[in-house]
Amino acid sequence: MEIRTKDRHTIGILVQNVPGVLARVVGLFSGRGYNIETVTAAETHEPGLTRITLVTTGDERVLSQIVKQLNKLVNVIKVYDFSETEFVDREMALIKVRAEQQTRAEVLRIVDIFRAKVVDVSPHFYTLEVTGNESKISAILELLGQIGIVEVARTGKAALARSKKH
Amino acid sequence: MKLKGAQIFFECLKREGVEVIFGFPGGSVLDIYHEMPNHDIRHILVRHEQGAAHMADGYARSTGRVGVCLVTSGPGATNTVTGVATAYMDSVPMVVFTGQVPTALIGDDAFQEVDIIGITRPCTKHSYLVRDVNDMPRVIKEAFYLARTGRPGPVVVDLPKDVIQAQTDFRYPRRVDLPGYKPTLEAHSGQIKRAYQLIKKARTPVIFTGGGVVLSESSEELVRLAETLKAPVTSTLMGLGSFPAVVPDSSGNMDLHPLWLGMLGMHGTYRANMAISHSDLLLAVGVRFDDRVTGKISGFAPKAKIIHIDIDPTSISKNIEVDVPIVGDCKNALRKLIEAAEAEPIEGLDALRAPWIEQIRQWKETYPLAYKQNSEIIKPQYVIDKIYEVCRGDAIITTEVGQNQMWTAQYFHFSRPRTLLTSGGLGTMGYGLPAAIGAQVAHPDRLVVDIAGDGSIQMNIQEVITAVCNCLPVKVAILNNHYLGMVRQWQELFYDKNYCGTCLDASPDFVKLADAYGAVGLRASKPEEVEPVIREAFSIKRPVLMDFVVSPEEGVYPIVPAGKSISEMLLV
Ligand SMILES: Cc1ncc(C[n+]2csc(CCOP(=O)(O)OP(=O)(O)O)c2C)c(N)n1
Ligand SMILES: [Mg+2]
Repeated sequence: MEIRTKDRHTIGILVQNVPGVLARVVGLFSGRGYNIETVTAAETHEPGLTRITLVTTGDERVLSQIVKQLNKLVNVIKVYDFSETEFVDREMALIKVRAEQQTRAEVLRIVDIFRAKVVDVSPHFYTLEVTGNESKISAILELLGQIGIVEVARTGKAALARSKKH
Repeated sequence: MKLKGAQIFFECLKREGVEVIFGFPGGSVLDIYHEMPNHDIRHILVRHEQGAAHMADGYARSTGRVGVCLVTSGPGATNTVTGVATAYMDSVPMVVFTGQVPTALIGDDAFQEVDIIGITRPCTKHSYLVRDVNDMPRVIKEAFYLARTGRPGPVVVDLPKDVIQAQTDFRYPRRVDLPGYKPTLEAHSGQIKRAYQLIKKARTPVIFTGGGVVLSESSEELVRLAETLKAPVTSTLMGLGSFPAVVPDSSGNMDLHPLWLGMLGMHGTYRANMAISHSDLLLAVGVRFDDRVTGKISGFAPKAKIIHIDIDPTSISKNIEVDVPIVGDCKNALRKLIEAAEAEPIEGLDALRAPWIEQIRQWKETYPLAYKQNSEIIKPQYVIDKIYEVCRGDAIITTEVGQNQMWTAQYFHFSRPRTLLTSGGLGTMGYGLPAAIGAQVAHPDRLVVDIAGDGSIQMNIQEVITAVCNCLPVKVAILNNHYLGMVRQWQELFYDKNYCGTCLDASPDFVKLADAYGAVGLRASKPEEVEPVIREAFSIKRPVLMDFVVSPEEGVYPIVPAGKSISEMLLV
């Protein structure tokens, strides 16, 4: 099913880093029938605080419920709906690609164009690291797909608002 | 001085003002039970942990205080789940302490280990697994704080056995520090202004109240606002009692309050549902627009602007888009609306309202709630009428779920908050008896009556013995129709009268059963026996089960069929 981009939303959730907090956030989505496309979570620079970035789909009414329901969780400190602000987002992908004699040069060309990095080399494979927004990652995957991708690990999106501190 | 976790448990409870625990022991909470005799806290030993949870709930609903229960790990914990979910749906302040296997064994499928935090996550306001005895005081403080503030709800605290055995220096924190929990209490003045401008223009306003009015103790404000605006009032099941259904008339006789519409929704009164359907302004206070109330959403108050006051932002515009949302404590918002109304009274209010009040009076006369009592067989509604009459409305009533619950809502004229305790959101059969016991613990001198069905009462009948041995004189009025009546009624109306699985042709003899438990059993099989049985029961200072053999196929009317608008009622 194709989702209209306007129904895709990136949400930032600042939570207390206590046991079970991720289960509470994720459980809310499954329990209430909301969708999660990607989710990332890691500690911030402030001790005890974790930032979760989550991509979900839903119309305006669903999104407003999601934000309110998240805010209702006791361990959630702040929720940012990035549909309302300008934000920067990045994701990282590790891509293991077939790199035989005849394709190696082509792989390296693509690495160069996308400012990716080769982080591991073995006789038949290169493992690449690429960082960027979603469309950049999709584009490189598309190109490398024609050469032969073996495995992909993507982090999912991390996001921050552009201006004031959130 | 160092204290053991089990001692800390009681020190914390004392500081929270807890006077009673509803509980049932087992291996993982034995240290707490071992410590219990050293403390001045009452313990009510139940016969099933579901009973403990509903008792804590009944205690909480009837007082506004936090109900407490204590159970062991594994099956003890899972047995409370229905009680926790019941409390969650109806926003009841409760703290449930569950035992847990020692921390070193958690995750190993140890004997009587269950992930109760995981199981109850979707039906608690919050929950804690305490891994360190040093965290116990803070966690218990937070648990009580969360349970009773904001939109109240149940909190589960899971206590591993080694934690309650460990020792530490005890210090009770003075305040809680919950950076992610800041309920909005104060209603926004700008929104109040916008709301009052709409109210001023309204010709056919209706005030629509729910459990939030009870929880925020704002009955007085509600009455004052309704009378100031001359606006009729309807209520959900959860809100009954917060607006007085009856008031003394000029000669001192009790009569229906002229602004009272009765309950609305699926089994609402004709006048309440019609008033909603013709209203041009709905002031919704402490409600969540449950589907049993709204019927088909597009047919609910189609002509009305809607103002919605609620402390929980997730309740607002969840099921129905509203015009003026007001997040805040109902009491605060109602006070501000009263101020606005008094500062800027509506001109010519009497004349403005007269046609609306007259229209409502006509609806009331066209289709009042009614039944016909003949001389042969007892009508269930008649039993409720008589209970109301004999106690003059002065009782705490609990109900089970089904027809018994709906007839109680329709025929008992609740006039004070916290006098109807009923499982509204979850609809839990088996709630009424333990809830009555919990309420009786809190109010030893009041009349507490569970209006029950013959099906529901059997779901927690074991608690009769809890009432007997704790000298709690609860009264149970069983409307014995030999059916799971409400479900049978749906089969009659919507499933071709295919009465599969709803006939209770074999039930215990409730009179003998009462006797076996050491309670008193009374039976009425004919209409003329109803009142004497009730009078006798109410005069006995012990638990009494009354078995009313009632007409088996009586239905609850009006009824709005599922998926229809609330104006499309079947009236008989
Ligand atoms: C625990 C539970 N199981 C099933 C139901 C579904 N249910 C709703 S009302 C009802 C019938 C209740 O029968 P009874 O207690 O005899 O009450 P009556 O409707 O006859 O007054 C049932 C089975 C429920 N509400 N709760
Ligand atoms: Mg029945």
